[in-house]
Amino acid sequence: MARKIDVVFSDVEPGAALKKAMAMKPETIIAVLKDSNLRGRGGAGFPTGLKWESARNQGRPACVICNADEGEPGTFKDKRILELRAAKVVEAMAICARAIGATRGFIYLRGEYNYLRKEIEETMARLEENHLIGESILGDPGFSFDLQLRLGSGAYVCGEETALIDSLESRRGEPRNKPPFPTEHGFLGMPTVVNNVETLALVPHIILNGAEWFRDFGTRTSSGSKLFSVSGDCAKPGIYEFEYGITIRELLKEVEAGPATKAVQIGGASGYCASADDFDKAISFEGIPTGGSIIVFDQSRSMFKILKNFVEFFQEESCGQCTPCREGCSRMLEGILKFERSEGSSKVITDLLELAETMSLASKCGFGQSVPNSFRTIVSKFRDEILSA
Amino acid sequence: MVKAKINGKLVEVAEGTTVLEAAEKIHVRIPKLCHNDDLEPWAACGLCIVKNGRNPKMLRACCTPLEEGMDIITTDAELVQTRKTVIELILSTHPDDCLACPRNQECELQRLAAEFGVREQPFPKRLRFLPIDNSTGAIVLNPEKCIRCGRCVKVCQDMQNVWAVEFLGRGESTRIAPAGDVLLGEGPCIRCGQCAAHCPVGAIYENDQTTEVWEALMKTGEGEKTCVVQIAPAVRVALGEAFGLKPGTNITRKIYAALRRLGFDAVFDTNFAADLTIMEEGTEFVKRFTAAMKDAQAGKAPAAAVLSGGAAGAATLTGAAAGAALEGPLPLITTCCPAWVDYLEKYWPDMIPNFSTSKSPQQMMGAMVKTYWAAMAKIDAAKIFSVAIMPCTAKKYENSRDETMYSSGHKDVDVTLTTRELARMIKQAGVDILELPDEEADSPMGHYTGAGVIFGATGGVMEAALRTAYTLVTGEELKNVEFTSVRSISGIKEARIDIKGTEIRVAVAHQMGNIETVLRRVKKAKDEGVEVPWHFIEVMACRGGCIGGGGQPYGCTDEVRKLRIRGIYDDDDKSTYRASHLNPYIKKVYAEFLEEPGSHKAHKLLHTHYTPKPIYMK
Repeated sequence: MARKIDVVFSDVEPGAALKKAMAMKPETIIAVLKDSNLRGRGGAGFPTGLKWESARNQGRPACVICNADEGEPGTFKDKRILELRAAKVVEAMAICARAIGATRGFIYLRGEYNYLRKEIEETMARLEENHLIGESILGDPGFSFDLQLRLGSGAYVCGEETALIDSLESRRGEPRNKPPFPTEHGFLGMPTVVNNVETLALVPHIILNGAEWFRDFGTRTSSGSKLFSVSGDCAKPGIYEFEYGITIRELLKEVEAGPATKAVQIGGASGYCASADDFDKAISFEGIPTGGSIIVFDQSRSMFKILKNFVEFFQEESCGQCTPCREGCSRMLEGILKFERSEGSSKVITDLLELAETMSLASKCGFGQSVPNSFRTIVSKFRDEILSA
Repeated sequence: MVKAKINGKLVEVAEGTTVLEAAEKIHVRIPKLCHNDDLEPWAACGLCIVKNGRNPKMLRACCTPLEEGMDIITTDAELVQTRKTVIELILSTHPDDCLACPRNQECELQRLAAEFGVREQPFPKRLRFLPIDNSTGAIVLNPEKCIRCGRCVKVCQDMQNVWAVEFLGRGESTRIAPAGDVLLGEGPCIRCGQCAAHCPVGAIYENDQTTEVWEALMKTGEGEKTCVVQIAPAVRVALGEAFGLKPGTNITRKIYAALRRLGFDAVFDTNFAADLTIMEEGTEFVKRFTAAMKDAQAGKAPAAAVLSGGAAGAATLTGAAAGAALEGPLPLITTCCPAWVDYLEKYWPDMIPNFSTSKSPQQMMGAMVKTYWAAMAKIDAAKIFSVAIMPCTAKKYENSRDETMYSSGHKDVDVTLTTRELARMIKQAGVDILELPDEEADSPMGHYTGAGVIFGATGGVMEAALRTAYTLVTGEELKNVEFTSVRSISGIKEARIDIKGTEIRVAVAHQMGNIETVLRRVKKAKDEGVEVPWHFIEVMACRGGCIGGGGQPYGCTDEVRKLRIRGIYDDDDKSTYRASHLNPYIKKVYAEFLEEPGSHKAHKLLHTHYTPKPIYMK
């Protein structure tokens, strides 16, 4: 049974982790992170230590960005972290700055979270007064870190790290070509680390408690704990922290989902739709991965409407840069709407699956590549429901 | 070096070479639509996807560097099918009116659809019904046809630094539009037409004025009109491409013949007017330069202050006061390129006093045709219909730029056609241009020197001016007329020319995005009151100069540019006279009509002035 734990929202003594990190060599900070096996919590799961190392290895003044553009449908955990523990996130950014040699940093806050702006900026000001960011951090004249907060403007794609950087540079937010990766050529060409809020919130704990402590949670390949934003048909929706490896069934029990649970959407609109057959599968990088969005559907819900809702979301949010995603999303929605008008058939599903294949193979960024995920899983598991919509 | 396999074949390329480039080296063509050799890859269309070994993830060849040990597969059943679906997706929002499209038979999407055997369109058509924008009169924007490849945006922003077009909207609603969603003619657009030259489909194209010309030609037989035509230097080495010839093939004399077959009464060569431009502009330079030197020697002011202009320049703002003829500050900046003129008026109006007041060859020819030639041929200038064949879309704008473009008392140039439009007219007329006998242009304004023809290439105006300036300063002829240091295709070229102990520093910039560096250095020197870095600057808005103009045949790459440039310099090489002042007909024109460079008459007909312009009209 996976443990329910409380790391991300727990308090730490302000400055303690940064102080400890500053006593270490930057290489050692990175080594600890690599050793901890911390992987990005935004969804893609890239090893955080490797990301930091890559930026540091460029040997140029770098930049740290906190990705707080929490836009995946069904996630609301980063908002809560910033409401309760913004200081810890900011301190983690300073630790990152120390490790990679960053002089600048940004918190890229989702536009809809504008109401948090004042509070976060006050937190930043307080930390600057206490010399945890700004000039001569903790009395070290050689360590300065200029941190600013910027607001997004509502584009889902700007949660993708390279589109986010474009947006920060006042450009139209569109995914960049990779390589070069942001750690090589990011904000204004600087080596740039983009980390999710939750990832950063874990860093001070790893610095203070060590890599081994962190690895004690989770599975062999998925270390640590994960926040879940649970919504939908359950008695206790909300934010939960579990170690990796929790099965869907265990999670459903915790949130008091009823026996009538039909499906669980894991990882938001771009994620995986689990049916009852999947409930014993574990949530982890090697199992079913997620950025944290868990939406529970019971028997009263129409899988067709859910699918339609997701595809409408993608059609609305595709940035429009690459053909497969821009045109694919629209064509997919058109196809799905046929079922509503009783014009759907197995042939339509087959055609749309082919389109989904092209989208996942030929789209430029993770957005377009993952659009077909929910379509494929919903159609394969609830085919009859779609056909009879 | 990186070693990898492409379709099983071992390749070795320099680090950083993309998969696409590496494949092309071994003659493997990967389909592409958004990518263009002039631009950084944008990786939008999704056609250049390839596989690496057994990895199921597909890579975009245009932006993926080939890495050691890669095992690239560029074609298999899955890749072909995926690419075909991508084409079908593009077609799902693209009108099917190929037959009535300006790019019919020259469309990259049409070609790909044919190559991939698209036989049905599985996705329902979703057209966007966006309005056509012909507000510039030079370039037409039809966003409905746009496949959102991003080339025009990249060209306009990165290559040209003009920022006139951008993407608006998101997702399916993404569309190209003039930046700020104004009309194209009301914004920063300088009409260079590079967007049109790079557009793979019919979303941006030249404003076709062939009908106007056909109608005028019809009236020649009835004696109502006399149709006169001129062809620009860069047209002769590119038009052949539309008839299957290799880029750079010079068919000047066949073009003359074809123009006569189309019904033109007189065929002149813009090269002659280029020689005339050199007489005016070269004299202008020598006057400004010697005045600056004299002032510096007299200690009237620090050389720097004089060279950098200041008050002296104000007079040229208003232009043609005969007393102030040809005077002004250094550096002198060339103004043959109307896109560049527009750019300067909008972005660098402080620099207007540095602009040469000499008109471009197109406009000099226009003025001369309806004054000098009309009188000579005893034709009422009001009945002359003057056509210019240009490699350029901005020339369409130039011919009515301001009142000085009506210096003959009529519109000096009635219609400007691009090389592409001329190619269509020749085809419409059924003229088998390649089989025509060589003919000569009409006298006297058909005779040109090597200096005139090189106007078509970057560095050419500078080189031509130097050939004549040398003689104007020293009274002697150059032994070697070739200033090869200003010839290459690199974006900014600098040279120091020694004229009998006096050093002249020149700079040549082409491709609009390169000019800012040059102007910033000039401005910095001016602001700091130190000597300006150059005395004479040539600017052409398009990469490679006019040979790479926005109205030239499609498919221009650096390789094509180099061939066209070679065609231009070969013509110069073979010329009897290689400096404008040696052109016997130029001498004749001055003797009979213009008196001398900068004369009152020359000023009235051959010079213009410039006005600061807002970047946005509203």
